[in-house]
Amino acid sequence: MSSVSQNFMKLFRGSSGPETIAEQGSQKLSRRSSGLGELSRTWESAEALCVLDLGSTSATNIRHFTERGHRIYSEDLLTASTDPGLLATDENGVAALDSRKFLADNLVYPAAHFDVVLCWNLPDYLDESLVKPVVGRLWSVLKPGGMLLAFFHTRDAGPDSPCHRFHIIGADTLEMKRIVLRQEARRPPTGAARGVTSTSDGFQLQRVFNNRHIENLFRDFASIKFFLARDNIREVLVVR
Amino acid sequence: MSAATPAPTSGLAQIGKSVFVKGELSGSEDLYVDGQVEGSIALKANSLTVGPNGQVKASVEAKGVIVLGKLEGNIQASERVELRKSAIVTGDITTQRISIEEGAYLKGKVDVHRADVK
Repeated sequence: MSSVSQNFMKLFRGSSGPETIAEQGSQKLSRRSSGLGELSRTWESAEALCVLDLGSTSATNIRHFTERGHRIYSEDLLTASTDPGLLATDENGVAALDSRKFLADNLVYPAAHFDVVLCWNLPDYLDESLVKPVVGRLWSVLKPGGMLLAFFHTRDAGPDSPCHRFHIIGADTLEMKRIVLRQEARRPPTGAARGVTSTSDGFQLQRVFNNRHIENLFRDFASIKFFLARDNIREVLVVR
Repeated sequence: MSAATPAPTSGLAQIGKSVFVKGELSGSEDLYVDGQVEGSIALKANSLTVGPNGQVKASVEAKGVIVLGKLEGNIQASERVELRKSAIVTGDITTQRISIEEGAYLKGKVDVHRADVK
């Protein structure tokens, strides 16, 4: 794995557009995304890319990529992390999710398979015990030079920031809709003890990464770019 | 049953929710599965509907596939796949058209082949 310390490229870019309410009643929001705008140049110019969407299943995203001749894989990792079979306790007797079992059942792809991974806000809402193992697996399934887009809340977003599904509706525009969990998935995986994993009807923010945390999380990647948005979101585009 | 949930109509082959079938299923009429099926389903010129109680663990080849329940296996549909909001699908989908309601769960690859323009 290449070390990010040698060729770390951190660029702070201009802010994304402000969040605008499109349909108040159904809690649909749209936002400009600089990270998506940069990433979309890849799939507009390249052919037959292999894309992994880790957000909630989105017909809009599937259509977006298949219409351009790309292959898309959909895998909703947050929902998968609510599997009761993952519950375990660590050596200190603290409730945790079994990351080995999780990775045996999820993200099972050949090495260097994907050109693009759409992580969305997964790291902010995923259980602590799964975050690093998942990022490690994503490194291995990305092709060298492949790109990953992730969103991170800033502290100003507050602890009750709702988790959204993301639909690509333009080259740099996303539609966001609050995720409401299926009845059977409404359980806190390890949050019963800590009280922070999920709310009664949706996922809850697990933590706030600062820039240093994000750099460490993606330290095995070749480069990382930050895009600061005005809606308390930090967009991160990393290249393997 | 609500308007959004396709009810089996008369003349439609049905597998009720208390029925468990293991093996190869093939036929030349539409099939509604609300029970459990394990194996493979081949309805090349017809459609398969997996009802809300249906649990299918099979590779599926059909003209159209509508899923309201659980389906584990690859789907090959010559025309259309519909995943309703209660659908839980694990497997790769190959089809000409696909519609997915918000709330449906899909884990797998989607390959959309356009119909040849003549």
